[in-house]
Amino acid sequence: MSAIRLSPAAAILRHGVLVLTSAFILVPFVWMVSLSLKSPGEIFRATFSVLPAQFYGVDNYAKAITSVPLPRYMGNGLLVCALILAAQILVCAPAAYALAKLKFWGRDFIFAMVLVGLLLPHQVLSLPLFILCYKLDILNTYLALVIPYVVSPFGIFLLRQFFKKIPNDIVHAARLDGLCELAIVWKIMVPMALPAVIAFSIFSVVAHWNDLFWPLIAVRDGNLMPAPLGIMAFKNEEAGNDYGPLMAASTLVVAPLLIAFLAAQKWFVEGMTGGSVK
Amino acid sequence: MSASLNAVSRLAQPAEGVAGKLSSRVSLPRRHSLHEAMWGWALIAPALIFLVVLFFLPVVGVFVIAFSDWQFGASSLSFVGLANFREVIFDEGFRASLINTVVYVAMVVPGTVLAGLLIALLIESSHSCRALYRAVHFLPFMATATAMAISWEALLHPTIGLVNHSLAALGLPVANWLRDETTALPVLAVIGIWQNLGYAMVLFMAGLKSIPLDLYDAADVDGADHWLDRLRTVTIPMLGPVSMFVVIVVALRAFETFDTIQILTQGGPGHSSEMLLFTIYRESFEYLRAGYGAAVAIVFLAIVVALTLLQARSMDKRVHYQ
Repeated sequence: MSAIRLSPAAAILRHGVLVLTSAFILVPFVWMVSLSLKSPGEIFRATFSVLPAQFYGVDNYAKAITSVPLPRYMGNGLLVCALILAAQILVCAPAAYALAKLKFWGRDFIFAMVLVGLLLPHQVLSLPLFILCYKLDILNTYLALVIPYVVSPFGIFLLRQFFKKIPNDIVHAARLDGLCELAIVWKIMVPMALPAVIAFSIFSVVAHWNDLFWPLIAVRDGNLMPAPLGIMAFKNEEAGNDYGPLMAASTLVVAPLLIAFLAAQKWFVEGMTGGSVK
Repeated sequence: MSASLNAVSRLAQPAEGVAGKLSSRVSLPRRHSLHEAMWGWALIAPALIFLVVLFFLPVVGVFVIAFSDWQFGASSLSFVGLANFREVIFDEGFRASLINTVVYVAMVVPGTVLAGLLIALLIESSHSCRALYRAVHFLPFMATATAMAISWEALLHPTIGLVNHSLAALGLPVANWLRDETTALPVLAVIGIWQNLGYAMVLFMAGLKSIPLDLYDAADVDGADHWLDRLRTVTIPMLGPVSMFVVIVVALRAFETFDTIQILTQGGPGHSSEMLLFTIYRESFEYLRAGYGAAVAIVFLAIVVALTLLQARSMDKRVHYQ
C-alpha cells in the first residue's frame, strides 16, 4: 500500500495501536532482563517495578556463568552451528551447481528427491536418526548433533535457484579460462550468489542455535549441551525458583542473535523467510 | 593410399564444412556431455549419499518401526500390520494430543495472521518509525524459544508473575495459568501468536510492496479514494494469494510447536496441553515405545506433507498473479 499522508488523528491512532502491540511483544524481553537484575528478595516481593531497587545484576550474571557451565553451553552451540553450516555449504553448493548448470543422467530425479526432502519435517525422522547414531556409536558426541544436518534440502534448493540466474556465458568463460567445475563452484558461483549464501547461513545458524528437540534426544552429557538444552537443564536442576540467575542465563543465550539481528535486519528477514520476501 | 585418402578427405571437406558447423553444435557438446555428466555426478554425490542416509532411509525406517513390533535393543522384528496404529487411535492420550494440536493451530493461525496483517497495514501506512516497529515485532521470531519460555513462565507465575499482579491491580480474577486444564492450551496459543506474528507481518509487508501502485491510481479514478475503499477494493483482494501462503506457513510452524510445551507444561495438566510433536518425543524417547511413537510420527508426517503440498500450490498461484 502506498504511504499516503495520514490525518493527525489517524497518525495518532496508528502509533497508539503499534505502541500497544510493541509493548505486548517486548514485555517478555523486558521482564527477563528486569528479573536478571533483581535480588531474590525483590523478585518475591508483592510490589514490583521494571528497574531493580537494588542492583543485583552482577551476582545473578556471575552465578549464571559460574554455577552452571553457561559459557560452555554457548561455546557448544557456536561450535555445533559452525560445523553444521560449514558442512552444509560444502555439501550443498556443489550439488546446487550440478543441478543448476550441468546436464547429466538422473539429474531431474535427484532434484525431485531434494524437493521431497524439503517436505520432510526433521522431527519425524528422529527415531531412525537416533538408531543410526546409536549404531555409529556417536550418541553423546558433537558428531551426533551435527551429522543429521550435514545436508540441507532447503540449502540445495535455495542455492540452485540463485545459481540458475547466473548467465551460462559466465560458466563457459570460466571453463575457457581453464577452471575445473569444482573451481567454478567456489570461485565463480558462490561469490556471485553471496546474498543467497548469507541468507541461508543466517537461516541455518538461527535454526540450530535455537534447536531444543534434537539435542534433547542426542546428548545427555552436560559438557556437550548446546545453549537451549543447557538452560533447560539449569532450570530443572539448579534453579527451581531462583529466577535471577536463570533469567541472566536466558538473557545471555538470547542476546547474540538479537544483537546480530538489530545490526543486520535486512539479511535476517530475508534469511528467516527463506527468500520468499524479496 | 594416403594420397587417395587425402583426396577423398579434401573432396569431403566442403561437405564437412557444412556438416562441421552442424556437428560442432551436436557432437562437440556430446563429447563434452560425458565429461559434464561425470562432473555432475561427482558434485552431487556427497549430497545424494547424505540425502539417502539422513532422509530417505529414515523415512523407510519410521514406516518399518510403525508397522512392526520392534523395540529399542531388539535384534529382530516381525510385522504386525496396523496394530500400532490401532493402539494409537484407541489411546485417549493420542486423541487428546491430536485434538489439542488442531485446537491450538485453530487459535494460533487466525490470531497470528490477523495480527500480522493489521500490524503490516498500520506500519506501511506511513513512514514514521517504520523500521523500528518492524524490528520490534520481528524479535520473538528469532529469539531462542526455550529462553523466552522461561521468561513467560515467570510472567505467568501464580504469585510473583506480572500477569497476575496486573490483573489483581485491575480487580480482575487471577489464575494459575499453566497448571489449570482450561487455561494451559490457550496460554500456549497466545505465546505461539506472540512468536509468529512478526513472521506473518514481514510476509504481508512484502506482499503489500508488490501491489502495483497504478492499481491505487485506477481505484482513485474510479472514486475509491477513501482509505477504507482502497483497502477493500485493492489491498485486500491483491493480498489474497499471499494470505493463503501465510496461513499455511504459520499453520506448519504451529503444528511443529515443541519447545514451549517441553519447558512450560510438559503436556499437562493431564493431557490438556499435549500436542503431536511432544507426544512423539515422549513416547519414543521417554517411554521408549518405539512403535507407538513411530505411528504418531506418521500421522504427523501426513498432516505436514498435506499442508506443504497446499503451500506449493498456493505459491504457484502467487506466481500467476504477478
